[in-house]
Amino acid sequence: MAEEYAIEMLNITKVFPGIIANDNITLQLKKGEIHALLGENGAGKSTLMSVLFGLYQPEEGTIKKDGKEVKIQNPNDANDLGIGMVHQHFKLVECFTVLDNIILGVEPCGKGGFLHKEEARKKVMELSKKYGLQVNPDALIEDITVGMQQRTEILKMLYRDNEILIFDEPTAVLTPQEIDELMQIMRNLAAEGKSILFISHKLAEIMAVADRCTVLRKGKYIGTVETKNTTPEALSAMMVGRNVNFHVEKEPAKPGDVVLEVRDLTVGSKTHKNDAVKHVSFDVHAGEIVCIAGIDGNGQTELVYGITGLEPLKSGTVKLKGKDLTKASIRERSVSGMSHIPEDRHKHGLVLDYSLEYNLILQTYFSPEFTSKAGFLKRGPIREYANRLIEEYDIRSGQGPVTTARSMSGGNQQKAIIAREIDKKPELLVAVQPTRGLDVGAIEGVHKELIAQRDAGKACLLVSLELDEVMDVPDRILVMYEGEIVGELDPKTTTQEELGLYMAGAKRKEVEV
Amino acid sequence: MKSKTPLLKRDGFQSLLSSLICVILGVFLGYIVLLLINPEGAWKAIVAVLKNFFFYPSGPARMKYFGSTLVKTAPLVMCSLSILFAYKVGLFNIGAAGQYVAGAGACLYAALAWHWGWLPCLLLAIAAGMLLGGISGLLKAYCNVNEVISGIMLNWIGLYLVNIILTNVKEPTSPYTIKIAAGNPKAIMPSAGLDKLFGNNQYVTIGIPLAIIIAVCIYVILERTQFGYELRATGNNKNAAKYAGMREKRNIIVTLLIGGGLAGMGAALLYLTGIEEWSCSQSSVPGMGFNGIAAAFLGCLNPIGSLLSSFFIQHITNGGGYVDKTLYSSQISDLISSIIIYLCGFVLFFKTFMNSRGQKREDTRFAPEPKEPDKPASDGATPEGGDAK
Repeated sequence: MAEEYAIEMLNITKVFPGIIANDNITLQLKKGEIHALLGENGAGKSTLMSVLFGLYQPEEGTIKKDGKEVKIQNPNDANDLGIGMVHQHFKLVECFTVLDNIILGVEPCGKGGFLHKEEARKKVMELSKKYGLQVNPDALIEDITVGMQQRTEILKMLYRDNEILIFDEPTAVLTPQEIDELMQIMRNLAAEGKSILFISHKLAEIMAVADRCTVLRKGKYIGTVETKNTTPEALSAMMVGRNVNFHVEKEPAKPGDVVLEVRDLTVGSKTHKNDAVKHVSFDVHAGEIVCIAGIDGNGQTELVYGITGLEPLKSGTVKLKGKDLTKASIRERSVSGMSHIPEDRHKHGLVLDYSLEYNLILQTYFSPEFTSKAGFLKRGPIREYANRLIEEYDIRSGQGPVTTARSMSGGNQQKAIIAREIDKKPELLVAVQPTRGLDVGAIEGVHKELIAQRDAGKACLLVSLELDEVMDVPDRILVMYEGEIVGELDPKTTTQEELGLYMAGAKRKEVEV
Repeated sequence: MKSKTPLLKRDGFQSLLSSLICVILGVFLGYIVLLLINPEGAWKAIVAVLKNFFFYPSGPARMKYFGSTLVKTAPLVMCSLSILFAYKVGLFNIGAAGQYVAGAGACLYAALAWHWGWLPCLLLAIAAGMLLGGISGLLKAYCNVNEVISGIMLNWIGLYLVNIILTNVKEPTSPYTIKIAAGNPKAIMPSAGLDKLFGNNQYVTIGIPLAIIIAVCIYVILERTQFGYELRATGNNKNAAKYAGMREKRNIIVTLLIGGGLAGMGAALLYLTGIEEWSCSQSSVPGMGFNGIAAAFLGCLNPIGSLLSSFFIQHITNGGGYVDKTLYSSQISDLISSIIIYLCGFVLFFKTFMNSRGQKREDTRFAPEPKEPDKPASDGATPEGGDAK
């Protein structure tokens, strides 16, 4: 009983219509420890954190801070209790400086509402030094690296004297080198007595940095283990409920004819004056998976927009099986055999207020299969088709084909998109971060599906930020840095370190097409 | 699936209930305003507003004035359809008022100056509305001019143009246009015997069933056709529509063309009955287009709902005419009906509120089901709150 807990969530139960998101979950965070929260998507991690932040009120259970029971009605209460969070997607004002972002909301004000920034600067610099969080306080957020943005977020919490720091999948956007730095920062913070809750589904990171790990599965509490007494395999079995194959098994590729031919492609940028993609050329053959690797924001998104027709090209050509699609509309490209699993499933991939069945026909609704000659939708065939895809791709939802897409979990939304795009029987599948936000089990499924497409002789262009995925899935890796392809690597012979150097722009070699 | 959902959770029921709450609240607030102005006559006045044609003791007279309310409901239905059609595609067609004016100008001029029959007049009114709507659509699609701004501008441009044009066919001594019945009786829409049903109300014509048919058509187009599927997808998520290869620019233009046509037709359904003349000296856009906004929302953006809501709004607007003018100034009827209409805008608010309440009750009553936890993808979004934007 001598154990001191910074925060305790005891027997939390939170119910949503149709599901129990959290079923009697207990999470105890010791002072000065790094505690990982591990679970698949839909396991209830986000719900649990929302309860901690007062966004949801639990049906049952109590929350204790330093042994005293507290009521958290809204995020302000959480703030007052010293709970801070670094969100997966940073909440920073792009056109403000680092310092302005840190003091945002708690600006030190003198009489008459004048800002006293010097005090703030002093405090920020002290904190920065103490924890090894290097930032340039006067740089604008839009000009600095993702790593520094993250350090700004951490400083934001420290500036508010938060004692309990929550990191929501913090490594997703970082290079391997930056991940190492972050791990060191987290250790420093814990050593200074901060308690850290680390949400992740990357086992290697949890093993490297966390002291203990709590595992959730399907809304239930599975257990809490000391990381030094466990193995990644054991953790993943706890998380998924079965043994997971980490290594993607695949036969060697048998590349066939060129399917996608990209030459001298240049795409402008929406955010800055430089072109986002600069004179990029490459081929994708039938029966191979080519991966575009790189740190987020190096032109991958724009490259895909250029290929799929979402953005006009400044120069260059795109050919699919010899057919020039440079000026073709999105519909023409789609009908010609291009499928696109988009990066942002809410922005592009789904009409969230449409039912699942209507989303499943989003790319094919105009075909004679679903639309009569008079222009009426054929409701019967649409329902049948939706039921078939739901069955084949195991898309789970509350009410089957009539479920609103908005009410589905992220993983199942993604499954719906993948089902739709693959069932179109494309020649080329462009998959942009297809496993983003998915859990281990679902990732395995997506990878298998990609490889099955490859083995069926389709060409596959994969864009990924996840190093494991980049190393395991593709047959060739093209690394993008600042809008250019800076290297072609063979995943069988390269290492993560080498890949990291290319991704960070420290190394490059000319790529011949 | 639908039959299993409890009544309170069903979308249609929620819509109806929230509309009713708005109506009751609006009437109540109107009553309070009447009380504040003159407590003595308040009860009588609010009853008069609600009774409208029941004011008359005899059956035939009631039917006759019921008919008059219906005659004015038809154009309101068309305006609310114009608004809701555009709204489903994510456009706010505030230009409906101007498109209505254009339609009025076109059909009256064709009827009085060119002596056209009613059908060509009606078609010209639709074309005029489409022209105005099309301008807004082109500006929106190709120059990214907000359709609200261009719509409001065109409302005024339309009004003054129509005033100028219709001056050519007005009575020499008054600002009103020549009565169609006198100037060109064949421009009056046929009554097809409907006038007999409504106490020989000569203004009751096929315009009323026409509006109902159009409402049903709009419902079918939106819910059952490929075209409607595309339009609603564009309205819900422009980016996804683009990603799916839909031509959003074309859809925007077509939507505003149709919206304009509907509003223009609405004007023809009123003026081609001869119940009203156009005043060439009016300096404000007729309220019909704006009331269409209220009717569309009170009807929960459902074409069938807008039939009911349009009738209600017209009912109280007409009912306002029966308020005792010795106790209240003559604007009181407009005031009361505008308060009620204003409250109608709160439909979506009540619906969202009901949803979240229903959710909470659901939470506590819930019996666990053995299946995969499937939490909502976006935090805080109520599963059915999709319509409420």
